[in-house]
Amino acid sequence: MTDDIISRERAAAPGALRRRIGGLSDRALAWIFIVPTILLLLAINIFPLIWTIRLSLTNYRANRTNAELEWVGLRNYERILTDPDIWNSMQATAHFLVWTLVFQVLIGFSLAYLINKKFKGNDLWTTIIVLPMMLSPAVVGNFWTFLYQPQIGLFNYVVAFVSGVDPSSFSMIGDVRLAPWSIVIVDTWMWTPFVMLICLAGLRSIPDYIYEAAEVDRASRWRQFWTITIPMVLPFLMLAVLFRGIENFKMFDLVVQLTGGGPGSITELTSINLKREAFEKWRTGYSSAYAIILFVTVFGLASIYVKALNKVKER
Amino acid sequence: MNHSVTEPSRLQKWCAGILVVGYALVTIMPLAWIIATGFKSPGDAIAYPPKLIYEPTLEGYVNLFTTRSRATPETLAQLGPPETWYDAIVRQYDMVISGPSRYGERFVNSVIIGFGSTFLSIFLGTLAAYAFSRFKVPLKDDLMFFILSTRMMPPIAVAIPIFLMFRQLGLSDTHLGMILLYTAVNLSLSVWLLKGFIDEIPVEYEEAALIDGYTRFQAFYKVVLPQATTGIASTAIFCLIFAWNEYAFAVLLTSGTAQTAPPFIPTIIGVGKDWPAVAAGATLFLVPVMVFTILLRKHLLRGITFGAVRK
Amino acid sequence: MRRAHLAATAALSITAALSATNAQAADLTLCWAAWDPANALVELSKEFEAQSGHTMKFEFVPWPNFADRMLNELNSGGKLCGLMIGDSQWIGGSAENGHYVKLNDFFDANGIKMSDFIDATVTGYSEWPKNTPNYWALPAFGDVVGWTYRKDWFEKPELQAAFKEKYGRDLGVPATFAELKDIAEFFQGREVDGKTVYGASIYTERGSEGITMGAMDVLYSFGFRYENPDKPYDMDGFVNGPGAVAGLEYYKALYDCCTPPGSSNGYMSEGIDAFKSGQVALQMNFAFTWPGFESDANVGGGKTGYFVNPAGPDGDQFAQLGGQGISVVSYSEKQDAALEYIKWFAQPAVQAKWWEMGGFSCLKAVTLDPAFPQSQPYAQTFLDSMAVVKDFWAEPSYATLLQASQRRFHDYVVAGNGTAKEALDGLVADWTETFEDDGKL
Repeated sequence: MTDDIISRERAAAPGALRRRIGGLSDRALAWIFIVPTILLLLAINIFPLIWTIRLSLTNYRANRTNAELEWVGLRNYERILTDPDIWNSMQATAHFLVWTLVFQVLIGFSLAYLINKKFKGNDLWTTIIVLPMMLSPAVVGNFWTFLYQPQIGLFNYVVAFVSGVDPSSFSMIGDVRLAPWSIVIVDTWMWTPFVMLICLAGLRSIPDYIYEAAEVDRASRWRQFWTITIPMVLPFLMLAVLFRGIENFKMFDLVVQLTGGGPGSITELTSINLKREAFEKWRTGYSSAYAIILFVTVFGLASIYVKALNKVKER
Repeated sequence: MNHSVTEPSRLQKWCAGILVVGYALVTIMPLAWIIATGFKSPGDAIAYPPKLIYEPTLEGYVNLFTTRSRATPETLAQLGPPETWYDAIVRQYDMVISGPSRYGERFVNSVIIGFGSTFLSIFLGTLAAYAFSRFKVPLKDDLMFFILSTRMMPPIAVAIPIFLMFRQLGLSDTHLGMILLYTAVNLSLSVWLLKGFIDEIPVEYEEAALIDGYTRFQAFYKVVLPQATTGIASTAIFCLIFAWNEYAFAVLLTSGTAQTAPPFIPTIIGVGKDWPAVAAGATLFLVPVMVFTILLRKHLLRGITFGAVRK
Repeated sequence: MRRAHLAATAALSITAALSATNAQAADLTLCWAAWDPANALVELSKEFEAQSGHTMKFEFVPWPNFADRMLNELNSGGKLCGLMIGDSQWIGGSAENGHYVKLNDFFDANGIKMSDFIDATVTGYSEWPKNTPNYWALPAFGDVVGWTYRKDWFEKPELQAAFKEKYGRDLGVPATFAELKDIAEFFQGREVDGKTVYGASIYTERGSEGITMGAMDVLYSFGFRYENPDKPYDMDGFVNGPGAVAGLEYYKALYDCCTPPGSSNGYMSEGIDAFKSGQVALQMNFAFTWPGFESDANVGGGKTGYFVNPAGPDGDQFAQLGGQGISVVSYSEKQDAALEYIKWFAQPAVQAKWWEMGGFSCLKAVTLDPAFPQSQPYAQTFLDSMAVVKDFWAEPSYATLLQASQRRFHDYVVAGNGTAKEALDGLVADWTETFEDDGKL
């Protein structure tokens, strides 16, 4: 079909002469094509970033535009790094990050492994499993508060049905001990398919002949799993962890709808904490410094991780 | 041996199938529950134990699209019998419909902002992706990485200066402001994905066209673009889904005029927990994405990894 | 709404009395919370539309998001709202940052006298700085935290007997918080009409202002004061004094002993649900919820009783102020129409109808009317409560102050971290820091 188009277009094509006059040079065209994108990104990402850095050195408050602006140097940074509340939300974020990654990697890989057994209808079931990840976290998170209601909620009811405890005796988002797990459960439910899909791609990328060769060498299934499957899937798995790690470090919508940071401040992740500082307390200068610290953290961690990932890939 | 060593045995397939199907059933339960709750009466929705079998009603949907007020028996008597089926539903509770709700507007806002930003980010993204794919661009890798890195900022962190900037420019709570913002956020995805798709189109076609006297632009427009339609379409759907689902910017930067559905849906609950109406609102909002996901399933992996993994 | 038709006829007569001399009709948007009183105001405003020729639009946001979204709107200089019925604590910030139009000249020119309104509401909703004659709003909706109880349960002879046997006194409206807790404990987990019921529904919400409103409502009567009366912003020993500590301990004890399961994050709407569904015997809530109970199928028709916030251990008796004044937003292009609305709204006849439709009018001509206490079962309780109100800091930094108390209170009461003394000491530290940032300390 493409040949057809080309021959048709060829017949109608203008002469080479016109091309030289009317056509732009590749170089010019390249810039015309790229510049709008770069400009928009500069305007909406880089310019704000620089502005944030500037604001972070002041005591500016966005709700008091007529107050006098004062330069405070690095004092905002100093206050943030010595504030125990901020360390609490860093800890909450770390708990959330680590456990969601652990569960998602374990369940996601297992599912991928099972789906790779190519049973009948695996495509259909894979699509069904994938659904939660594409949905709006805010809308879904909001509905999960209903599922988590003691007594009337489906989650409590199912847990009660399986374990025999009274469904009104525990409150997933109201109890200090359970709340951190309530957000881990929903995030795992939503994002396990993401890890699963990437692992599945990894498993499918392993050529059959490697296993066949191992079989000839009489390597046990167990040994094949650890010496072939795992190393071959590892780069994929690490990529999945990178994506999930960055996303969950930024996590806001799902958790804000689920627990709003409560009870107390047990599930107040850094993004929620930052939102309170910036848009509820309106400490703009202070929260700008906070934002920069978060950005540097995620960027730094991601860069280190990417280096490690590249090493694994090289092997 | 009459089967390959890599082909799993029948028993293995059965076990794997049962486990995966089991997981799938558990995982769609919350979604099924949302859809089911939308068709419950408020009483059934909060029944204990949760009701699996109930008499379906459209009350949730009526409540979603209307505002209602309580009427006194005298007023009700004056009104006469309900004229429509939805009047009848509301009348059961001694209420009358006093007007439409905001849900319709918010949904339309989501559509406008979603499609507007998708169109823009695909337009800009295709141009940039083509240039990155075909031309020698100085600092190409750095520029590509820069584009990707814009995705690493936590939205709340960028929201502070954007809030101030929008306030200055009068873009707060406008459709245009949200379209530009979502376009910028989606550009990283569209450039990276589209570059992957365009890379896969053999350069030979364009070369042939160029030899035949096409300008570079004509070659791009008449040869490459038609070849890239599938890629562009699936990238567009990913951009659309992102804009559709976005919450953090929407909740901070919109209030009345341009508010989209995600910040609105949780507020439907209002005074007196009306879970069926929330579920109805969520269902209408989520089902289009479910349909798109099923259509997209072949390109899903590529989309979620910014083209880093191509099956 | 109640007697909407009567109201409409009365409206026409007022309309005729007032001259409609507007230069041109405008679309005027009024911003408020999404709740029952707002629906009543929509009905009431139809008269204004008919009279002035302006079209009214309404932007109502549910309570949990109300402050967030509206303050965002004001801080971003939004033109959406011509009229804002903003929460009482916003007044300081909105006055100092120029969000609201100062109304003194307008009041003078139109003969609107603040002395015609309930004193507490003028201080609470209109003045900034407090106790000075600088007005930024017209008191629009009087509100205060009070309690409802299941009168029908209190009247059951078997429950009365059981209560008397256990506590040695009659089951009745509690005069003190200690008595209130006894009653809540008595009902907790008890079978009433074949259903397990619970003691009390109280505010515990974390996200906006819920737990602060609830805890403060109790703390005031236990001896909590915001500051040294002789030295502004001196909080040590007042915010964290022994009375305040005892009050917060009481609030936690009440939460632990006597609330229904899953009450860790409840505010007004959760309270309404718990009470209407017959889950609780006592309910803490703002007065605005009361008209809704009277018309409810489950708890209406005399089944619900109302009482003023009880007294603390030393006999002090205060209640947390709610409610709002109506202000003109300075960024709006429709300020003339907005002022016209306020002028119309301030009329005694309109205020009388406002009360009749379920809006808590703040006009003395309405509330001091001899027929007022009998007009609704809750009317007297409302008047008595309004006499003992106190409000949260209305400082420009109120949002920051509120965030700190939300966190400290929720951490202690619901999450159970630390002691009451530690929570309040922490609060003093947080608030001191805020006032230092403001340059007030």
